[in-house]
Amino acid sequence: MPAKGYVEIAVEGCKGCNLCVINCPKDCLALNTSDTNSFGLYYAYLKNEDDCIACLNCAVICPDAAITVYKKAG
Amino acid sequence: MKEGYELIYKRPKTLTTKRMHYCPGCFHSTIHKLLMEVVEEMDIQDKTVGICPVGCSVFAYDYLDVDMQEAAHGRAAAVATAVKRMLPDRYVFSYQGDGDLAAIGTAETLHACNRGENFTFIFINNGIYGMTGGQMAPTTLEGQKTTTSPYGRDVAKMGMPLKMCEIVSQFDRVVYVERVTCNTPANARKAKKALKKAFEYQGKGLGTTFIEVASNCPSGWKCTPVESLDWLKDKVYPYFPLGVFKKPEEKE
Repeated sequence: MPAKGYVEIAVEGCKGCNLCVINCPKDCLALNTSDTNSFGLYYAYLKNEDDCIACLNCAVICPDAAITVYKKAG
Repeated sequence: MKEGYELIYKRPKTLTTKRMHYCPGCFHSTIHKLLMEVVEEMDIQDKTVGICPVGCSVFAYDYLDVDMQEAAHGRAAAVATAVKRMLPDRYVFSYQGDGDLAAIGTAETLHACNRGENFTFIFINNGIYGMTGGQMAPTTLEGQKTTTSPYGRDVAKMGMPLKMCEIVSQFDRVVYVERVTCNTPANARKAKKALKKAFEYQGKGLGTTFIEVASNCPSGWKCTPVESLDWLKDKVYPYFPLGVFKKPEEKE
């Protein structure tokens, strides 16, 4: 059974470059195009929490280090 | 934090909390992050000295929580030489773009490599002068449109793009040369490994280490960050091939 993960994306740290969205193998992330952060930029969010496998791809590719990844213990 | 979950990845502590000024999707910030992860993993934060260039990364000292020294335009290699000679036990790196390292600072770079100064070059090659508004750089590709080559780079007048990795790997005292990128998570992990290896070789005092990053410039190339990855794949990697150009012989 694959690991179960969970990511937190800092809204103010995200610049909406979309690199995490296209690199997520499970299609868990999406860009929120209906809202902006205080810099006027779209930000990414965890759209589909159930499928996250804690692969770290989004965190490694994120240029602004805005992503924190958690993995279900055990 | 949710209950029953453990932390497996967070922003490295060696990166300050200040928001980086780079454009969305710029590899400068990715490399800042990977570099600081390496510093954190090797536990050398208090022994690392970075040299800032002039260019987009001119404010790198605001983001990298290690000792930093600003250099005049192109002279980072000369300043790094001085720092390393005065403080030989420190890990010294110069962080330079292509306008700094391959244009105004070519002489300093080549002579530092020729002397085999024991520090690490981190060379961000995005093929354009990003900070000043997207002018043509020595590493601009043939036919690439920039604000100073609106019909594309004409190699008959402006010469061929400069391949720094190929040039510096000719020097005997340069021990480790690799061109990396971070367009995918796999390549970003390879880039981090290359940075770590360069620091390890520097720690052993083997000689100059040179890491080139084939980078993007979404603003200068007038495209989105995702489109810039396509340009990298179609145009940049065929001309600037990734890989190790030179590495020290492993002792058995």
